[in-house]
Amino acid sequence: MIAEAGLAALWLAAGLAAFQFLLMILSLRGAAEVGRAMRSIAVVQGALTLIAFAMLLIVFARSDMSVALVFKNSSAVKPFIYKLAGAWGNHEGSMLMWVTILAVAGAFLALLSHRTSERTLLAALGAQAVLALGFYAFLLIASNPFSRLWPAALDGRGLNPLLQDPGLAFHPPTLYLGYVGLSVAFSLAVGALLTGEVDSKLARAMRPWVLGAWILLTLGITAGSYWAYYELGWGGYWFWDPVENASLMPWLAATALLHSINVLAARGALKAWTMMLAVIAFSMSMVGTFLVRSGILTSVHAFAIDPERGTFLLALLAIYVGAAFTLFAIRGATLKEGAPFELVSRESGLVINNLILTVILGVVFVGTLYPLFVEAVSGEKLSVGAPYFNAVAGPLALLLAVLVGIGPLLAWRRETRPVFKQLPVPALLGVTALAITIILWPAMHILPRLGFMVAAYLAAASILPLTGRNPLRAPLATWGMVVAHFGIAVALLGMASNAAFTSERLAIARPGEILSVGPWQVQLQEVTPTAGKNWTAVEAELRAARGDDLVTLAPQTRYFSDPPMETNESAIRTFWNGQLYTVVGKQDASGAWQLRLWWKPFVTLIWAGGALIALGGALALLGRIWRRRARHSADTDFRRRGYA
Amino acid sequence: MSKAVRFAPLALLVAIIAALVWRLATPVDTDVHSAMEGKQIPLFKLPAALPSKPGLSSSDLASGEPHLVNVFASWCVPCVTEVKVLQILKESGVPVEGIAIRDRADDLADFLARNGDPYERIGSDAQSEVQIALGSSGVPESFVVDGKGVIRYQHIGPIERSDVPLILTKLEQVR
Repeated sequence: MIAEAGLAALWLAAGLAAFQFLLMILSLRGAAEVGRAMRSIAVVQGALTLIAFAMLLIVFARSDMSVALVFKNSSAVKPFIYKLAGAWGNHEGSMLMWVTILAVAGAFLALLSHRTSERTLLAALGAQAVLALGFYAFLLIASNPFSRLWPAALDGRGLNPLLQDPGLAFHPPTLYLGYVGLSVAFSLAVGALLTGEVDSKLARAMRPWVLGAWILLTLGITAGSYWAYYELGWGGYWFWDPVENASLMPWLAATALLHSINVLAARGALKAWTMMLAVIAFSMSMVGTFLVRSGILTSVHAFAIDPERGTFLLALLAIYVGAAFTLFAIRGATLKEGAPFELVSRESGLVINNLILTVILGVVFVGTLYPLFVEAVSGEKLSVGAPYFNAVAGPLALLLAVLVGIGPLLAWRRETRPVFKQLPVPALLGVTALAITIILWPAMHILPRLGFMVAAYLAAASILPLTGRNPLRAPLATWGMVVAHFGIAVALLGMASNAAFTSERLAIARPGEILSVGPWQVQLQEVTPTAGKNWTAVEAELRAARGDDLVTLAPQTRYFSDPPMETNESAIRTFWNGQLYTVVGKQDASGAWQLRLWWKPFVTLIWAGGALIALGGALALLGRIWRRRARHSADTDFRRRGYA
Repeated sequence: MSKAVRFAPLALLVAIIAALVWRLATPVDTDVHSAMEGKQIPLFKLPAALPSKPGLSSSDLASGEPHLVNVFASWCVPCVTEVKVLQILKESGVPVEGIAIRDRADDLADFLARNGDPYERIGSDAQSEVQIALGSSGVPESFVVDGKGVIRYQHIGPIERSDVPLILTKLEQVR
């Protein structure tokens, strides 16, 4: 009954979404009184999807093998947390999660947003309903998560062992919250284009959603990168894999949007561009979902393409993005640009930021889809790998990082002071770092070398906006910006250090043998079998010594039975100045073991930087909300006293 | 903003969607053709894997006759069924050569005693060096090599009973 209840909730929610859309048309025609009804419907629709999702969690928690999805993606012997995670570790469940977040975001938009005009808000709620409606149709027609299996199975087929990891249990929800948070920006942009009310009020209403989504995307990408690093056992943190790019593209667009929206909020300028970005950011989320869910890019790797699902998602993408772009083309002409600005100003700094981010987005987009188009044109199969992305996006990202140090120092509208006079310390630090790398490591590659330089410069330049005044008096949003920009410097330092100083050792070793990697001497003690709840493994005992440091590491190769699969569980030890990363592989014919050892100086800074960037976003969000609260209560105070 | 600029995103979207639709609509060619096909077999000389049979070297393959070179191992489960299909090929006159990957002599002897022995020669590739030089990423894999020692076809995975006509045709084409 539980599965049927979930399905019923989903149908009801779909019906309400259709109704919500009809009411929006009425409201656009001037029926202002439908507003109340639309808000209530949006809230109930959100609640119904939550119920449907809860039902899915229940059938997974109970291992109800009469539900086809549970049978395919779970098994009774799994740890409880992975039973739950199994609910979204598959196509149908993750699409249900997607639509749940979409509808709940719509409900919050209806409840919380008082910043925009009522007309624009109602139009946005209608747009959100149309978005949800497409995904309801997708779930109910092409990927019903609640369909039954008859007869019921005794046990399921299990969850991909790679996904049986606490990090990954929470990784997709985080990313999805980010993806779908951008849907609100999309809907608000569409709503504003419909009503013609593209102004700074709209930007202020949109900003918390963009910030929130952007924070979650940042966290999701950072966590996903760390997961790939320790779980895949390859020692890399970013592979430019299509699935990774699928999460990077919305992030790049959201980052651009985050900056241009400030121009719209503060100066009423960049109207058309900001609306375009709001549409593109969510479009990229949909493109990402399409790429991952249709399997269109991974076909060479023998995953089955599901044409029905791919076609459905592509149709949704074409309809939504096409409609938004058409609206943009028609209404764009009516947008009056706001206050003008001069060549050297905060505005033009942000325009340059947007340009570079957009070019990087284009580079990633083209690189990700290029194999597809080449095959379409010439039938040739190829893949675009890290060398292309690093060579093209790397220098652009470094250039952007240089400008990040300058932009926040510029005044709005017109900068009269010579900005470069504020930068002697950062510039000196950068040049010093460059000189040190040239003297000490003449053979270092150019990109890490520049990375060190820019990281040193930016670490100092990013905190300049807090100097010259009492930093405690600075608005929280400024603190947020400083922390996020400093985080870029930190991550950059980690990447440069990892690229320049990683030592790697691939070896075959017998127990007792000693291998050296970087400053470490690593001895293989013994290899013993061990077992967990749903796996067996061989575990190597490694003793690593460096001066007085003495540590023991225990990497494993795990064998899962359902589905049959082998994973490398790397053993990683973190020190203040780097990570020792060890993997045990197979035994060769003579009884020796493959070992992969890495010493990665300061590699943890990559993810620490990512976390700082997200923290900066969180501070900015808090700052915006607090200031608004303060302003709001001052407003009501004012009215209460009878001045209004 | 000029009309062209305003409609540019829409035009770009239409182009991308069209390409994606085309991609979804055309059946996917999942065959990955081996980069080794058409190339001379790499030079190697493998020691005998069993005392009773000679080892295998690249000069044995450039004998004027086409050969089927089978990369296998006694520890490989699909090889158990494949070796019986190789027996059929041998009976229809195909010279089958073996490269045993990371194998031990006694395990290999057991394997052949239990499942049949279609091989003329078996070279022992204890460290997978020849396997890697051949561009083979797993066991079993098979190569059709023509009389001049040029690789004409790479078969990834076990040769099933239903693949026999395919293999025979490939061998006939290069004769």
